[in-house]
Amino acid sequence: MSQVVIKDKIPQLELVASGHVACPGCGGSLAMRLVLKALGPKTMITMPACCWTIISGPYPQSALSVPLLHTAFEATAATASGIRAALDMQGDKDTTVLGWAGDGGTFDIGLQALSGAAERNEDILYVCYDNEAYMNTGIQRSSATPWGAWTTTTPAATPKSHPKKDMMAILAAHRVPYAATTTIGHPVDLIEKVQKARATRGTKFLHILAPCPPGWRVADEETIELARMAVRTRVFPVYEIENGQRWRFTVDHPGDPVEPYIRRQGRFRHLTPEQIRLIQSDVDARWDTLKRRVEYGA
Amino acid sequence: MGNHAVSWGVRLSRAEVIAAYPITPQTQVVEELSEMCAKGDLKARFIKVESEHSAMAACIGAASTGARTFTATSAQGLALMHEMLHWAAGARLPIVMADINRAMAPGWTVWADQNDSLSQRDTGWLQFYCESNQEVLDSTIQAFKIAEAVDLPVMIILDAFYLSHTYEPVDIPDQAEVDAFLPRWVARYRMDTNDPHSYGALATPAVYMEMRLRQQEAMEQALKVVDEVDEEWGRRFGRRYGAIESYRTEGADLVIVASGTITSTTRHVVDRLREKGEKVGLVKVRMFRPFPTEAVRRALAGVPQVAVLDRNISPGHCGIFAEEIRAALYDLEPGQRPVIHGYIIGLGGRDVRPENIIDCVDRTREAAKSGRPPAREDVWVGVQP
Repeated sequence: MSQVVIKDKIPQLELVASGHVACPGCGGSLAMRLVLKALGPKTMITMPACCWTIISGPYPQSALSVPLLHTAFEATAATASGIRAALDMQGDKDTTVLGWAGDGGTFDIGLQALSGAAERNEDILYVCYDNEAYMNTGIQRSSATPWGAWTTTTPAATPKSHPKKDMMAILAAHRVPYAATTTIGHPVDLIEKVQKARATRGTKFLHILAPCPPGWRVADEETIELARMAVRTRVFPVYEIENGQRWRFTVDHPGDPVEPYIRRQGRFRHLTPEQIRLIQSDVDARWDTLKRRVEYGA
Repeated sequence: MGNHAVSWGVRLSRAEVIAAYPITPQTQVVEELSEMCAKGDLKARFIKVESEHSAMAACIGAASTGARTFTATSAQGLALMHEMLHWAAGARLPIVMADINRAMAPGWTVWADQNDSLSQRDTGWLQFYCESNQEVLDSTIQAFKIAEAVDLPVMIILDAFYLSHTYEPVDIPDQAEVDAFLPRWVARYRMDTNDPHSYGALATPAVYMEMRLRQQEAMEQALKVVDEVDEEWGRRFGRRYGAIESYRTEGADLVIVASGTITSTTRHVVDRLREKGEKVGLVKVRMFRPFPTEAVRRALAGVPQVAVLDRNISPGHCGIFAEEIRAALYDLEPGQRPVIHGYIIGLGGRDVRPENIIDCVDRTREAAKSGRPPAREDVWVGVQP
């Protein structure tokens, strides 16, 4: 039954070619494939330094069947604004300008440009594919890395000591017309959100959880399952926000315990049961806050 | 004022996308352009970005999508753009920018010197240093034509306050005449969903070097294009500037080299000294990148003494124009090779008065008497003891 639904909902169109150079099981490459299925060929992408800089292929190759402008690490939203302005001058209102950045390029170095574009309500779609660290440079912590995680700059002896930044609240505070989270394990939800974003004028922000086998220290075949576990455990709730005001869950969050999700990942191997309980209570507290926003508005 | 000359140049050039961030002493450029866009006198999208880095990034996005693109900045703003200046040039985008020459902090300063723009020497932008507001307006329009002919970005540079905020009469050409000189830009390559390509992708050691070689070839081509465009401008509008200009250098035994507004003061000094019978001339360097090596050699070969006035300093070395001119003249025959005297002057907006320039001439004559090369490559003029 569910398979029939998925087949109906997910376009057959493929704009990511085979032969790209992503790692096996890469969540980020699946994210791009699904987003482009929903956007179609009238799309222009700009992306900063990130895994996709490599995945899309070296000059003169490209794994994408839409135009792609590489840009500097902190410049995604500003570059996208420039593309939009040029298209506006050409009278092209139909092409979607897609800013495509990782969590480092969004949460950290690209936050200023993103805030600027969001405040100006630029008519762009900004997608952050979040693998929770600087994976392309070899697994260094970003402000999207969860508390307690090992990375090469937060060694197991002193793992990440700050919680993941609440990026969605920042975007909501800008009152952008549309902001949403989703994961690569929820393809129908993802496609619907991209389609909704495409039909919305102004700044759209999509935060996609995209597990990374080498960075999370998991097997290649586990990414989709982990993305779904992150949602079931409420570690990564899936919801949407309109105009910073109306918050709405779009999938079920049964509230499974976080421990199996944490234990599956090598990056959390060093954590004690007590530390995992701390993660659980943080997840619970954040969930309560989010639920209140959904129930009562921002 | 010079800032309005910039804005009018941009308006007449029919820029389509402007992305800029305000900084003293550039602010009237963005204010005037905002007014022009608001009134519909200039049909452009003006993106009021949150930083200069984003200004240049937005220009890169717009130019990559085929729009004629402009920005303006100064000092700290230009330094913040640095990464994207390389990007614009490396991506071969004909973006035009006005930089109001302002000294770099600390201490905080808003006054004129050239260290901001000269610090961007190696980013791959053409650089023009202007002497008058008329030259600013004319150069801005020329800049788009040059940039689009060679697919390289161009920086028009004017001194803080001495030009940016100083009023002088400027002839504003007719729109129709400018349109005939500068037709609509049709990008050779641009983002196009009907013909998708990837721009700026990973360049391995197998391909990178050729990309930089093409860029260098375009710079060489620009030497010729700059002259052609200037010649056409002269034919249409009756004013020419050249990459460099020689002023009263006939038979000179001492030539002063200057750039920016110091040039006008030097003209005045040269006239005064010529009246007294001194054989002194002036070479104005307007184009600093690409460096007009051949023109500089022709202008200065056989001149015994050359005094270079630098409103800038490369700390640990010397004035930057002096350094480049010395290098350009090194290959002349020994009998033809001038002695170069380098003077650091007017940093951080310090006034450069005629007597300061006469002081440079006197010191040059004094040093020349010894028959030996100057003791220092950087002689600081007009400083407190």
